[in-house]
Amino acid sequence: MAAKEFTIPEIQEYIEVPDAPVPDATAHLSPFVAKPVLQEPLGFPGEVGDDWKEQTLDAMGDLLGKYRGLRVFMDICVKCGSCTDKCHYYIGTADPKNMPVARQDLLRRVYRRYFTFAGKFWGALGMPGFVGAADLERGMLDEMYSYYHQCSECRRCSVFCPYGIDTAEITMAAREILARVGIGQKYNNEIIGKVYTIGNNLGLPERALEDTLEGLEEDIEDETGVAVKLPLNVKGADILLITPSADFFAEPHVDGLMGYAKVFHEAGVSWTISSSASEAANFGMFIGSYENMRKISLRIREAALELGVKRIIFGECGHAWRVAYSFLNTLAGPFDFLDQNYPIPQHILDFTLGEIEKGTLNIDKSLNDDMVLTFHDSCNVARASRITDKPGSQFTVPRAVIKAVCNNYVDMDPDTIYEKTFCCGGGGGLLTDDLLELRIKGGLPRMTALQTVTEEYGVTHMAAICAICKSQFTKILPYYGFDMDQIVSVHQLVSSALILTGQVDEDEETESGEEAA
Amino acid sequence: MSLAFAILFYVATLVLVVGVAFKVVQYSKTPVPLKIPTTPAPTTTSGVVMRMFREVVFFESLFISTIWTWIFAWAFHMGLFAVLFRHGRYFHDLLPAVIVGPLKYAAFAMIIGLTGLLVRRIAVNRVRYISAPSDYAMLILLLLIGISGAMMTFASHVDIVGVKEYFHAWMTFDFDNLILPPDTVLRIHLFLVAVLMLIFPISKLLHAPGIFFSPTRNQVDNPREVRHVAEWAEKLE
Ligand code: SF4
Ligand code: SF4
Repeated sequence: MAAKEFTIPEIQEYIEVPDAPVPDATAHLSPFVAKPVLQEPLGFPGEVGDDWKEQTLDAMGDLLGKYRGLRVFMDICVKCGSCTDKCHYYIGTADPKNMPVARQDLLRRVYRRYFTFAGKFWGALGMPGFVGAADLERGMLDEMYSYYHQCSECRRCSVFCPYGIDTAEITMAAREILARVGIGQKYNNEIIGKVYTIGNNLGLPERALEDTLEGLEEDIEDETGVAVKLPLNVKGADILLITPSADFFAEPHVDGLMGYAKVFHEAGVSWTISSSASEAANFGMFIGSYENMRKISLRIREAALELGVKRIIFGECGHAWRVAYSFLNTLAGPFDFLDQNYPIPQHILDFTLGEIEKGTLNIDKSLNDDMVLTFHDSCNVARASRITDKPGSQFTVPRAVIKAVCNNYVDMDPDTIYEKTFCCGGGGGLLTDDLLELRIKGGLPRMTALQTVTEEYGVTHMAAICAICKSQFTKILPYYGFDMDQIVSVHQLVSSALILTGQVDEDEETESGEEAA
Repeated sequence: MSLAFAILFYVATLVLVVGVAFKVVQYSKTPVPLKIPTTPAPTTTSGVVMRMFREVVFFESLFISTIWTWIFAWAFHMGLFAVLFRHGRYFHDLLPAVIVGPLKYAAFAMIIGLTGLLVRRIAVNRVRYISAPSDYAMLILLLLIGISGAMMTFASHVDIVGVKEYFHAWMTFDFDNLILPPDTVLRIHLFLVAVLMLIFPISKLLHAPGIFFSPTRNQVDNPREVRHVAEWAEKLE
C-alpha cells in the first residue's frame, strides 16, 4: 500500500487553530485492521459477519448499560463547541471530524437513532438528521474505525468541556464495539497477544531479557566502575519494578532504566524485574476492553505473589501509570499482601524524589550543564493520575526531580503544560507506522511550544516520563527540524548527574572502595 | 382553549417529571466500573462537592475554555434562573415584591445570552459544522420564550391576576375556574414553554441533571486507597 503524499506542517509563531475545517482531510488515514489470528486470542470474532448491524447495536447497548460515563456523555453534549479547538489532531489536520465533539458524534448519531426517543421518532419520519441521528450503514463502521483511530485518548478535550465529556471514553467504547463486530486494530491486538504469550509488548523472551540486563550491568560498570545490578526474577526481593519494555533497549528509554537501577543501588534497596510481567504497558486500555485490561493487570499481581515482593514500583510510562494508579487496585487488587506503608503502586519518580530529599543520592548538577531542559507532561499522567498523595503532584514531582539534577530548566507555554498539556501525537495505541502522517501532524502543537522555548531560552532537550512519548518524539522531532536525541528520559538526567558511591572518575582515579549497602 | 392549555400543561409536567426521573434513575443505576476523574481532582467528597459547585454555578471549565461562550452561556443561564424564580409568584404569594420587581430585567440577560449563542453557532465555522437543526431549533425556542415573556412584562402588559388565578385553578384541579386571559402573546409563550418541557427529557437539555452524573467531574480521586469494582465486573473475579 503506497502511502499518500503529505506535507509536514510548518511551525508557526503560535499554535494556530484552523478556522475553516477541511472536510475529509484525513479520511484516508486508517490503521491496518487485525487479521482473525490477532482477533481471536483476545476474545473477538475474526471477521465481520452478515449480522454486523445487530452486533453493533448489541455491543453498544451492552456498553451503555455497563458504563455510566458513556451513557451520560452520549446524552448531555450541548454542542457548545468549546472542545472544537482543543484537539491536537484537529489543529494538525484541520479535518473537522477530528474536533472532539464531531468525533463523539460518529457514535452519538447511532446512539441517537437507536437508543433515544427523539432519534427513533425523527428516524421514523425519515428525518433522523434533524436531531443529529443517522441510520446505521456499513460504511459508517469504517468511518468510525478511521476517526476513532485518530484519537489518542489524551483527555485534553475533557478538561475544557463544561460537563467533563471525555472523548477518550467514547473512543474506547467505539473501539470495543468495532472489535466485537470483527474490526480490531492490528497494532494494538498484536501487542496484547505478545503480552499474553511472551510477557511483554516487544515479544522479548526471558533469555533475551536476561542477556539485555546483563549487558546493561556491564555498561554501567564500564562507565562508572561500580557493579550495579539489574536483577531478574529474584525471589524475596523487596521491590518489583514494572517498566515499559521499551526501557530494555530503545533510546532514550534505556538510559532511564539505568537511572532507576543506579537510584535503587544507591538507596540500598533490593529489587527485581519479573520476566512474566516484564511490561508496564497495558494496551487493553487503548482498545477499551475491560476484560483484556484486567487480564494484563493480573500478570502483575501474579508476579508480585510469586516473587514474594513487598512493594511495586512503576517505571516511566504514561498510560501504564494511569492503569497502575487509577485501575490496578480495582482490576487486580486487593494488594493486602504488600507492605501497606508504601503507595501501591508507587511511581519511580516518587521513590527517586524521596531519596533525593533524604540525601542518599550524591548529585552533581553541573554534569547536566550541557543541556537546557524543558518538560513534556504526558497526558495520562497529567490528566488521569497523581504521583504522590497530593493533587497536582503529577506536575510538581517530575519538575522537582529535574531541577534537583539540572541547573537549567524552563517550562513551555502555560497553555501547553500541566493539565492543558498537548499529546505527543502518538498515544492511545496509534504509535504505528501506518499512522505516521497522523502522528507527525498531531505533534504540531507540542513542536510549536518547543520551538518557542528553543528560540527564547535556548532549550536543548525535552524530558518526558512516558515510553510512548519518547518513541513518538524520537520519530517526529527530525520532521520538524529537531534532532531525535533531543528527547530524554527524566531518569537519564538523574543517571548522568548521580555519582555512585565508589565511582571511579575519569580525571581522579583515586578512591575506589567498596560501596556501602 | 383554557382547558386545552390545562391538559397540555398536565401532560407536559408529567413528561418532564417522569422523563427526568427515569433518566436520573437510569444514570444512577448504570455502574461506573473505573475511576476516571479528570485530574487534578479532589481527594475528598467535600472537595468533589466544591468542584461540582464551581462547575454548576460558575461554569468553571467553560470559563477556562472559551470566554465568549462562557459570557453568553452564563448570562443566559443566570437570567433563566432569575426569571424562573420570579415565575414563582404565578403559583404562590411567598415572594416579596422587592425581590421580584428588579428580577424582571433578568429577561434581558437571557435574551442577550441566547442571541450571542445563536450568532456564535452560525458565525464560527467549527461550531456551525457540529450543529444539527435541532440545536438551532432549541435556541430559537428559548429565544422566543424569552422574547414573548419580556413582551408581556415590558410592552403589552398581561392580566397577571388572571394568569395567577388560572394557574391556581390548574394546580387545584378546579376546572370550573380555569379561565385563561385572552392574550395571544401569553398563549404563544405558554405553548412554547410546554414544548420545552416536553422535549427536556429526550434532548440535550438533559445536561442539567446529567452533569451531576459525569464521572470525570464527580469522582473522588482515591483509586489507590479504595477499590472500585462494579457489580458486572465482580463476576469476572
Ligand atoms: S465541550 Fe463538551 S458539551 Fe461542548 S461540544 Fe464539546 S463535548 Fe459537547
Ligand atoms: S481525547 Fe485527545 S485526541 Fe481524543 S478527541 Fe480529545 S483531545 Fe483529541
